[in-house]
Amino acid sequence: MTPLLQVEGIEKRYGARIGCAAVSFDLYPGEVMGIVGESGSGKSTLLNCLAGHLAPDAGKVVFDTRAEGPVDTVTMSEPERRMLSRTDWAFVHQHARDGLRMSVSAGANIGERLMAVGDRHYGSIRSRAIDWLDRVEIDESRVDDRPTSFSGGMQQRLQIARNLVTGPRLVFMDEPTGGLDVSVQARLLDLLRGLVREMGLSAIIVTHDLAVVRLLADRLMVMKDGRVVEAGLTDQVLDDPQHAYTQLLVSSVLQV
Amino acid sequence: MTRNMPIRNCWSPAFCRFEYLEKDEEMIELVDVSKSFTLHNQGSAVIPVMTGASLRVSRGECVALTGASGAGKSTLMRVIYGNYLASAGTVTVGGLNVTLAEPRQILALRRETLGYVSQFLRVVPRVPTLEVVAEPLLALGHDRQMALDRAAGLLARLNIPQRLWALSPTTFSGGEQQRVNIARGFAHDYPALLLDEPTASLDARNRETVLELIEEAKCRGAAIVGIFHDSEARQRVSDRDIDVSQFAPGLAQ
Repeated sequence: MTPLLQVEGIEKRYGARIGCAAVSFDLYPGEVMGIVGESGSGKSTLLNCLAGHLAPDAGKVVFDTRAEGPVDTVTMSEPERRMLSRTDWAFVHQHARDGLRMSVSAGANIGERLMAVGDRHYGSIRSRAIDWLDRVEIDESRVDDRPTSFSGGMQQRLQIARNLVTGPRLVFMDEPTGGLDVSVQARLLDLLRGLVREMGLSAIIVTHDLAVVRLLADRLMVMKDGRVVEAGLTDQVLDDPQHAYTQLLVSSVLQV
Repeated sequence: MTRNMPIRNCWSPAFCRFEYLEKDEEMIELVDVSKSFTLHNQGSAVIPVMTGASLRVSRGECVALTGASGAGKSTLMRVIYGNYLASAGTVTVGGLNVTLAEPRQILALRRETLGYVSQFLRVVPRVPTLEVVAEPLLALGHDRQMALDRAAGLLARLNIPQRLWALSPTTFSGGEQQRVNIARGFAHDYPALLLDEPTASLDARNRETVLELIEEAKCRGAAIVGIFHDSEARQRVSDRDIDVSQFAPGLAQ
């Protein structure tokens, strides 16, 4: 099987400081990988390098495209990369406001991504928008409301609908449950798990919440000071951590 | 023997799903496995827990791990499941070398071949019990209705009242959670099964059902490794007892 994403030696520096360095891994179709580490460990920098939001100083991010097979997205032209991020890729931001257009309706937020890939039929765009609102458990009657009138959890679900409507194959998520109430978090996790399974999505999830990765991710990468210190099967890394830093991280979780 | 589920004819050749295995091929094999924990944040203390563990389990066979509490029964089981990394030696399950396998290979093994009923149920909050039990079948791509029917059959057999099926098991009593966990563990006909105290905290009627499930699994050719503090249950389903204290690091010279 060809990996969906092959990452080789990604490095990003901010002046003399290391953002992330020497990160390599393969991600296969249907796999969900978590990246954990404390604030400043380089996990968001890495995610942004992978998703094309930041240009890495070194390394390759090879994506298995539908049309041409594996292509290095770092050296790809800007229009090609933008097309990819509208079709096969999706990015779920921690703050829904960063991933939504707050001044247009919920339906338009979803429809916009469909129009970006060439959908022009108003009726079909609207019905697909309504279908996706239903899938993320937002009532159909809210389709013409602006996301400013939504709760934080609803905004996050709308952002997910907007991202998934075009049937992407790879989803990048930056703290998707951060800043939400635990009850809302659980609901979102349940939704994400279902969507990942039904759509056969691959995903890379950055979070500092070990409970979230245990429930969502198949594999786990632990970062410290910009480098990967440990990687493996999620439950193995959490239950039998090998590296000093991972042991500290796991043993520091408060029990409820 | 049972209600709600098709009665399986053990001696029917059509029933054997593991014909691709040689008659004597081992489903689970451990060769010279050691395990130690290094506690980096506590003065780098190295705690050896197991050394030179070797074990073979054939299809249709149930092996019970025995030994005092803390002797390493659960550790051994977790090493087989790939939840703990072996420090040395080889673990093979269904032909896959677990000690060298990639995460995705271990996940595929757990999905298709190796089931594990742990002592505690760990689920996403809010997911209904019926879905929790059906999930292993859905993950294998089975038809949704078939998966839900099978889950319903198991829950009924384990006496979980139907009015609870639509609720999340997180609010259930300990015994109910344990039965949901067992139903989930038996939803798919795994060729290999790890059972950690499957009859603990169950009343006589449910204990009987669980023992029947284990016997049926053996019958269809599953290789089973179990921990049973309930000695009567152990005597009934186990073909062989292995005392794990023989693998204690102090003794093996």
